[in-house]
This record gives sequence, structure tokens and C-alpha cells, in this order.
Amino acid sequence: MSEYRLPPDENIDVSKILEDLEHYRPRRRGWCWREPAPNLKMGPFTYHDCSKPLKDGVPLPPAHYFENVDPQPMPVITTEIASGRFEDDIRRMRMAAHHGADHIMVIRTSGQSHFDGLIEGTPQGCGGVPISRKQVRAQRKALDFIEDEVGRPINYHSYVSGVAGPDIAVMFAEEGVSGCHQDPQYNVIYRNINMVRSFVDAAESKQLIKWANMAQIDGAHNANATARDAWKVMPELMVQHAINALYSQKAGVPKENICLSTVPPTATPGPCVYMDLPYAVALRRLFGGYRMRAQMNTKYIESSTREATVTHVLNMVVSKLTSADIQSTITPDEGRNVPWHIYNIEACDTAKQTLVGLDGLMEMVELKQDGYLEEKARELTERAVLFLEEMIEKGGYFAAVESGMFVDSGMFPERNGDGIARKIDGGIGAGTIVLRKPDYMAPVTAHFGRNNVSQYGGDPDNPAALIGGCTLECPEKIVFIDELDEDDNVYLRMEAVKEFTRPNAKKIKPEMEWLADGTVLLTLCFPTERKTAEAAALECARRMGMKDIAVISHEVLHRAEGTRIELRGKVDFDIDIASLVIPADPDALNEDELRAAIEQKPMRVVCGTIGEDEHSVGLREIIDIKHGGIEKYGIEVHYLGTSVPPEKLVGAAIELHADAVLASMIISHDDIHYKNIARIDWIAREMGVRDKLIFIAGGTQVENDAAKAAGADAGFGRGTHGNHVATFLVQERNRRNV
Amino acid sequence: MIKREDDFQQRRSHLAQLSDEELRSRFWALTEQLVDPLLQLAKENTSPAIERSVLLRMGFSSLEAKTLVDGCAERNLLGHGAGNVVYRYSIHANLPVRVAGLALLAPAKMDEAARLFGGDK
Repeated sequence: MSEYRLPPDENIDVSKILEDLEHYRPRRRGWCWREPAPNLKMGPFTYHDCSKPLKDGVPLPPAHYFENVDPQPMPVITTEIASGRFEDDIRRMRMAAHHGADHIMVIRTSGQSHFDGLIEGTPQGCGGVPISRKQVRAQRKALDFIEDEVGRPINYHSYVSGVAGPDIAVMFAEEGVSGCHQDPQYNVIYRNINMVRSFVDAAESKQLIKWANMAQIDGAHNANATARDAWKVMPELMVQHAINALYSQKAGVPKENICLSTVPPTATPGPCVYMDLPYAVALRRLFGGYRMRAQMNTKYIESSTREATVTHVLNMVVSKLTSADIQSTITPDEGRNVPWHIYNIEACDTAKQTLVGLDGLMEMVELKQDGYLEEKARELTERAVLFLEEMIEKGGYFAAVESGMFVDSGMFPERNGDGIARKIDGGIGAGTIVLRKPDYMAPVTAHFGRNNVSQYGGDPDNPAALIGGCTLECPEKIVFIDELDEDDNVYLRMEAVKEFTRPNAKKIKPEMEWLADGTVLLTLCFPTERKTAEAAALECARRMGMKDIAVISHEVLHRAEGTRIELRGKVDFDIDIASLVIPADPDALNEDELRAAIEQKPMRVVCGTIGEDEHSVGLREIIDIKHGGIEKYGIEVHYLGTSVPPEKLVGAAIELHADAVLASMIISHDDIHYKNIARIDWIAREMGVRDKLIFIAGGTQVENDAAKAAGADAGFGRGTHGNHVATFLVQERNRRNV
Repeated sequence: MIKREDDFQQRRSHLAQLSDEELRSRFWALTEQLVDPLLQLAKENTSPAIERSVLLRMGFSSLEAKTLVDGCAERNLLGHGAGNVVYRYSIHANLPVRVAGLALLAPAKMDEAARLFGGDK
């Protein structure tokens, strides 16, 4: 096995992941839930429904106010990563894991459902990734490294569907895939695969899912995405869940591994929680003991990432008020394109942020046991029962599908006659089912039905023993195929971008999905109506030298006054990394050095927020002893407050014989912050004290070079701590004394 | 289905008196009635994908499994199980299972295997 180790501060080396894949074996099989951490204490807080924290991760942006805590909610968090190039997706998986995802779902390339067998090698995908043994093995291997890094098991997931479901289920069981979608109804309704074939195949797949202890997710959520009015299929959804859940359970999958894929069907501007909550309640009551995979709404997603995010937050309010074992996420750019890196991360953060923000909610509120909520939940259940009754009247599942009962846009029993009907002898794979003969035999583990090995003296309880064990017991029997297509594989794709391949890249380019894709996103606002704004945006991008330009979103600010445009394009230049001027991190003396310097020669500073500016938090962080500010090192601080006129700051410095002034400025509109820096500098010069005073400007929008150009001795921006400022004060004083 | 108004209020009359628990039991009993025949169907039948999945587990590559299953299907042998065809041929030819399966990639050998299953060609 390879000796590769994932360095915490370096990019993952995908070429090392691909090395020696032939001999890779998964370290474990099966699904992992998060470990509860009741009454978890982190930083200043106690959490009520959180799970064991990560060893390494990226906390939410304001975490630095709270000792960088990164609490992890209880549900497993899913992100779907499938850009078409699995090698680039590996890097995105690492980013997602650090933002709290522990369920990585890989969408399949379009058309794989109809591919009769396993895809081998690593061809590029379209709208997803071609799922092959090599691709699965590489990603599972990479996730082993990544889960060690974050300190939490990561579930890897794809689809057991299409005409090669059992083939894929075997490969997933062999390769340690932790979860999968498996629902024969999905084949039937959405992929037009023959229904008899789909159910016969599904039983075999489910045996393998059981053997590998995979979590299984059904396909019912697709009805939401397909039906014209997604909320009207609610009774049918309960039926679809039930058919797959009970079929799976009877085929051997334990109830606790059977997950219902449920989506709050409605979205704003509908009163979505009012409509979605009774359904969520009804579903959870009816399906006690099964798991809930709460998916987010995709049906009504538009190109506004903000709007999608709010819908998804509302979806998670429903999860929190009811339950979710798995909280799936939909990237907010799903309405625009195949998801980009940044939006997978946004979606993971949205889930983490919302669920942590709602921590402990159910200790304080409970759902009403009477009134509208109860009545509506009951009504939906009754409608579902009526749906089942009619299926039986029609002659069973196949007859019901033939009659077009499913995905009709009427709320059952209302019918609009627009359901999806399939023929029992129609669809892909029709006529391929074969009756098993009396001597039928399958000398392997995890086979559905009678193995019939005793005709050869085999043991029915261990049928694979007849052949000395099958690949499930003897993984060395697995035949690993590396590549089949010499013109379409990972090595060629990686060769084409090798100058950009980290960790030893010479060049760099912006990217959104693939290494060096050059894609950038531009937000513009024009004071005009939409069509003119779109044309102007395209012209802007052309003049900026962008290629492959497309407007991906527009929002009307007002019919005439303004349009917001988001536009994507590509840059066709590379950046030589060696040519970049990278500013050094600010020096920071250690605590003892700082204390000693101040003890030896005390220092007094005067500070305040300058101009018409009432912000105080940032400056207090820099000065207050309790935030690790400069007082900690013995510096005497005179804080003048907020909205301090520049004259007053300089005047106070003179009066108090201060060594330095610290001017905080948060408001940056029209460069007022740099204008105020120049004004302080000018006043100090006029009053003849500029040489004696060290003048530091600080604020979120302050940049060192620009602050110095405006007249300060230094500028400190976002991310500055007291030790940085204290270090500058001590070093600048030393420089001046020399 | 033909269009139909929402006649929920009339249709539900027989459900109205059921307790929530009785309603849930009815839901699952009806589901079971729908699902049981499907499971029976799965027990009694096989498919090319199931047979490929058996051969994969017996240590054949996806490409080999596909050719073997296609060969079995052409000779009407799938009902015996592709794994059975390979296994019986391995005994007949006195070869290890994998070697026997690789031999069956040749149509002539597959014809020979078919003869081991009597009535089928």
C-alpha cells in the first residue's frame, strides 16, 4: 500500500491517490452516524443537540468571537459532488468535509441508468460522474485520508439503479461504499426501465445493501421535482416511500438502514412551512423506526443563490421541528449550473449554521396536538390509504402504474389525467426477465432467493464456500480494470493541467469546478431595465477580456431604476506563482518579548473610532485586556470612544503625552477612511507632533499600503489581533530611537 | 387516469371512524398486499444484471461477466443461473472456476456447456 500521508496545510496529491489503486482495500464497510455529545461545552456555550466535534475543520465566519468553536449538529450532513471529473471532486470533498459534510454523494453521469453493465476506467462525465470501480476506489481511498484529518467517518454514496443495479450493488459492496439510492420505482417512473425487471433486480441489490450494511435512500423526492404542483403529490409520496421501505425490509435490509428521502414540497412565496409541516409530521408518524433523509427543495429553485438559501433554511426549520437523521443539502447554484466548489461549501455551512442556530429548540417548543396541524396530518394519511386502496382495486402495483396513477398533478383522490404511465411489457430491459429453473444456482454470498448449492453438495448457509469464497469474502478475487479508453481518462486530463497541479504547481488560475478552468463570477448592478443591463454586463465582461461569457442570474431592483446581474466567464491567462508579490504576515513578538519591552520603557496610546462612526467592537478587541488586546502587555490605553473628531484624537495625544494614536475606522464609503487618515496626519503635522507620534489606522476595510500612502505609519485590517499592533508599536519605537 | 374531482369526503367515510393507530395499521397492511407479490416475482425470476452480479462475485471482470451472460442468454441458459453454467462446466472440464469461465468466453465452449444442461440446445 502507498505510504502517502495527507499534509494538513498542503493540497491533496491526487496522483498519489491513484498510485497502487489495484491493491487498495476499503478499511470498513457500512454507514456511520454521528456520535452524540450531550451537553457539549465549547467556548462560552453549552449545546443541547450537537455531536462530537471535528479534529480539524473550518468554523463559521463569526467563530473568532467565540474562541473559534465549530459545533457540529447531530444529523449527518450530505453534499452532492459530481462535476464530471472525479479527480477535481476529490479536492472539493476535502473542502466539504472541513465544512461539516460527512456524507458525500456522487451523482452519476447522464445516461448511466441505461448502461447495461459496469462502466470501467475514468471517462469524463456530463452532469455527473461515470461511476466506475476505479473512480469509486480512488474517491473512497481519498476519503480515508480526509476522514483521518477531520476525525470523523465520512460516508461515501452513489446510486444503485438503472439496468445494471445488481452489478453496481456488488461493486459498491466490494469497494466499501457506505450508502446508496435504491428504489425500483425510480427506474420505472423516471428512467422508463421495465418495471418487472426493476423490481426483480432490486431484490438482489437490496441483499447486497444489507450485506454491506449500507444506508439506503429511496427515490420518492423525485416526484416533488417532477410534479407540476409539488405539494399535491404528498399522499402519493407516502405510498412510494412505503412500497420501497417494506419491499427493502422484506428483502432483508434492516429498518434502521432504510432512509426515506423526503423533501418539504412547497417553497416561498407560498406559505411553505404551513403546508410542509403537517406532511412532515404525518410522514414521521407513519414511518416510525425508519430513518429520515431530509432533502432540500429543488423544484422551485431559481438562479438567485440568496433566495435558494432562504428556502433551504426554511426546509431545515421543518427538519428541526420534526426530525432528520440525514440533512441533505442542495447547493444554492443548482438553479444555474452544475454546482461549483464555493456553493457546495455554502450549502454545508448553511446546514451547519442553521442546525446549530436552532440547537435546543425542541426543549422550548412543541408541536400542537390538536387543530390544523393534526387535522391536516390525518387528512394526508387518509388520502394515502385511499391511494393504496385504489392500487389494489386496479390489480396491484404494476396495474396501478400502467393506469397512470403516479405523479398525477391532482391531490389524490383528485386526478388530472396527467400521471406518468408505463407498460408492464414496455421500457428498457422489457422481456429480459427469466424464470429460474429448478436447478437454478448462484454460488455466491448476498444473493436473493434460493441459492440451490446443495445439488453440488454445497452449504445453503454459506453458498460461496462451493467456490472457495466469493469476492465478498476474498477481495483478492476482484478483477480491477484500470482504463479502457486511451483517449478519455484521468491521466490525460491531469497531464493537460499539470502546471497547475498542486502541491508543486508553477501556475495558478481561478477555478469553479475543474482545475484551471479559469471560471470567474462577476456581480454587476446597472441603473436600467433588465435587457439593457444584460447587454451592458456582457459588454463589460468582453472589455475585461473574459471569454465564454454568460449571464447566469438577473434580479430586478426596480423595473427602470436598477438590475442586478451575475455573469460567469473565463479568463484565458495564467498567473506565474513565482511572479506574485505576497505580503508577509505581520510580525508578532511573543508575549514575553512584548511585556519586557513595555516594562523596560512604558508606552501610552490614545485611541478611538474616528469620524461619524459608532463602531466600537473592533477597536475594543485590539485594546481590551480581556480580548487579548494591547493592555495585556502593559501598554497604557486611553480610549476616547466612538465618533471622535480627528482634531480631538491628536489633541488628546498631545495633552496626555502619548507615544501613539490608534484610529479605528469602519465606515469606508467614498474612501472616507483614507480621507480621515490623511486628515489626522495633516493635523499632527500642523501641530508639530507628527514625528513624535506613532500613528496606526485600523478597520475591516483598511489596507496597510493604502493607509501608509494616506499618511499613517501602518494600517491593520481584518484578522488583526492585539499582538500584531503591540509588535508594530514596539518595533516602530525601536526604529525611531535608532 | 381519467380526470376526477376531489371526492375525498365521500371516499373517506369508511376511514373516518378509525383511530390514528388503526389507520396506520391499515396503511401498512395494504402496502404489504402490494409488495408481497413483487417479492415472490423476484424470488422466482432472474435477469441478465443479476447473473452478471453473480459472476462478478465469482471473480470475473465486468467485461467477462457481460460476455458470459450474453452467451448464456443466447443459449437459453440464464434460467439455470450463469454461475451454475460456469460451475458445472468447471466440474465437467476439471478446471478451476475462473479458468472455466474464461474458457466459456469462446462460443464453442459455451455450446459445450449448454449441452450439460440437456434440453437447452
